[in-house]
Amino acid sequence: MNLFEHLGRYLSLMRLVFRKPEKASIYHKQVLIEMESLGLDSMGIVAIVSVFMGAVVTIQMAFNVDTPLIPMYTIGYATKQSVILEFSPTIISLILAGKVGSRIASEIGTMRVTEQIDALEIMGINSSTYLIFPKIIASLFINPVLIVFSMFLALLGGYAISAITGLVAPHDYLYGIRAFFEMFDVIYALIKTVVFAFIIASVSGYHGYYTKGGALEVGKSSTQAVVHSSIAIIFFNLILTQILLA
Amino acid sequence: MIEAQNISKSFGEHKVLNDVTIRFEKGRTNLIIGQSGSGKTVLMKCLVGLLNVDKGKVLYDDRVFSAMSFREMKSIRKEIGMLFQGGALFDSKTVQENVIFPLSMFTQQSHEEKVERANFCLSRVNLENVNHLMPAELSGGMKKRVAIARAISMNPRYLFCDEPNSGLDPKTSNVIDNLIKELTEEFDMTTVVNTHDMNSVMEIGDKVAYIYKGELWWVGSKDEILHSDNPELNDFVFTSELTQRLKDR
Repeated sequence: MNLFEHLGRYLSLMRLVFRKPEKASIYHKQVLIEMESLGLDSMGIVAIVSVFMGAVVTIQMAFNVDTPLIPMYTIGYATKQSVILEFSPTIISLILAGKVGSRIASEIGTMRVTEQIDALEIMGINSSTYLIFPKIIASLFINPVLIVFSMFLALLGGYAISAITGLVAPHDYLYGIRAFFEMFDVIYALIKTVVFAFIIASVSGYHGYYTKGGALEVGKSSTQAVVHSSIAIIFFNLILTQILLA
Repeated sequence: MIEAQNISKSFGEHKVLNDVTIRFEKGRTNLIIGQSGSGKTVLMKCLVGLLNVDKGKVLYDDRVFSAMSFREMKSIRKEIGMLFQGGALFDSKTVQENVIFPLSMFTQQSHEEKVERANFCLSRVNLENVNHLMPAELSGGMKKRVAIARAISMNPRYLFCDEPNSGLDPKTSNVIDNLIKELTEEFDMTTVVNTHDMNSVMEIGDKVAYIYKGELWWVGSKDEILHSDNPELNDFVFTSELTQRLKDR
């Protein structure tokens, strides 16, 4: 299948996904379950990556700001801007594309090859809505929470490395991360996060839903889900940055 | 009663079903038999609407199912129960959750009522104290029985079984066959079973349809099979020494 065929089939699937659900109460429960499995279960990896990412960015900034002409708080400021504008929303979303995307694609793909999706259809349930809609809604709500959590931990990581290594005085770092604060930066990051969350859940759901064959194909779908959602994230990152910041 | 009228189905250039017309009677166990690749699974998928027919009609008690939209089909699908080859139980749900799932989706019953119904369906398939087990903890035969319990939870008018004995030992196969037969008679359902197990044919085949190269080749009862002079049917049915002896007797 070429790109346009994939795109057409993806859009057709999305039209089915956003049909009226059979029973709202079941879907509320499903959204909560998905928020736990897609969001809360990812907190560990998000925390580890964020702390180390913040620490590394701080060290790199300190390494580059090696002149008395630039105030030391610039290190904290530059770290904050890098984390909020790019590292947390984009890098963490790419990590979630790997973790959550492969999980969604393999879960739905396994249901396809073991006829569980056919069983839903036979019962008269719109399987695409039942399986993909709660994952999209859960991701739209939980991913921004994860990204804000990541921003906080990344800045904390920067603070910790400042205190441990003495590359920048902690009070300079704290001043820097508070200096010239623009709320729009956070809004921009959250807009990107919401778009990326939709991409991760829907593209991975698409690949899982159209899995054909057996265990091998489930693995292939999972890989394709990660690759395609990562490419889409990078592409939309550029588009959104141009639209929102240019 | 379920009726297929002149249905045909192709995948690209490959014609899998060719002008099949058959009627499945209410309160009887109707069997579709045929070699692997003969088109019997495609026929069943066309009957339940998982595949659209290229030509012809599928009728459920004179309601033209094949011409219905997805929403219209829903009303008939609520009357259908299906047992899939591998059971198709939802991995992430317990046995009880699997059985009450259709009730949760389509009825306003309280949790207690649903559990009571699940217990009835599970006891009907001779399973007790398995409510909180996960599908991965069940044997092949138990999975099939849970799948039957789920299929009958909504009191279906039509029951479809795709290869109900695949992967089961002869004794468990016999249990599943008899269960299907009993439930068909007890609930007065129209049951269609897709199989190539000749023991099933001899045990429960009220009406047997033989599909050969995508065409309906022969229809009759299990007793008539033994005296048929159709060469393709005989070639399929009497392959083993055991069935050959049965014919000779």
